[in-house]
Amino acid sequence: MEALKAELKGKIVEVLNLEDISVDEINDNDPLFGDGLGLDSIDALELIVLLDKDYGIKLTDPKEGKTIFESIETMAAYITANRTK
Amino acid sequence: MEQNYKIAQHCVIENNKVFLNGVEEFSSADEQFPDFIKAAYKIFKSNYPKFFKMDNLSKLSFLAVDLILKELDLNEEDNDIAVVFANKSASLDTDVKYQSSIANKGEYFPSPAVFVYTLPNICVGEISIKHHLKSENAFFVFDAFNAEFMYNYAVNLLESKKTDKVLCGWVEFFEENYKAVVYLVQNNGTLEHNIKTINTIYNK
Repeated sequence: MEALKAELKGKIVEVLNLEDISVDEINDNDPLFGDGLGLDSIDALELIVLLDKDYGIKLTDPKEGKTIFESIETMAAYITANRTK
Repeated sequence: MEQNYKIAQHCVIENNKVFLNGVEEFSSADEQFPDFIKAAYKIFKSNYPKFFKMDNLSKLSFLAVDLILKELDLNEEDNDIAVVFANKSASLDTDVKYQSSIANKGEYFPSPAVFVYTLPNICVGEISIKHHLKSENAFFVFDAFNAEFMYNYAVNLLESKKTDKVLCGWVEFFEENYKAVVYLVQNNGTLEHNIKTINTIYNK
């Protein structure tokens, strides 16, 4: 789980072009949206693509994203429980 | 009678060089565009993290405008600025990238972040968000820079009182070939706003 969280932080920084944020600055429970990393709606769509592409998880209901993408912690837990690759 | 308008500021970015009002402010030889524009962004302290998410055309346009408006230090009330841009390749640079991301049916993962830039006027949107511009805007596609058209369009906007200032620009980007020429037209400034001056700025 710790390795997955570190992997997710790296992927988020790279895929979302968070040039001014380093992996070390992201805490497991930081909110990804709003006051946390300040991600926006397009970033949310990119995270949905990331789940599909890298972990074989297709979100059928985008509303699920709100809880899944709350933090690195919640993302890692969801991926661990649902990944197909 | 038509009023005489002025060009208050102008910025040119090409060949890895940034010129503001004719003076070279930054250059970075032997670098690809992404590295050059990132270095310029940092040097000029544009301080807008969303810059890194933009496509090449938006980065180019955004930086040219940012340098001009930064010089003027405008407040919200002064921000009645129209934006009239044009180029040759529209958003083709990003269109090609997007198309390549969906070409392989086995690896079909279209990127929403790339897709949003598959329209040329998105760069105007990025500029408007940063500088809180809510006035007229337009993006035209021409085979070549058309100073006469830009002149007439800007004058028409100003004469019809639709805006106080017009940011005009040629912002072209396709496969590492790029050029941005942006200038601000308003009531006062150092240069006469006419076709000859516009062509001089473009060809400098």
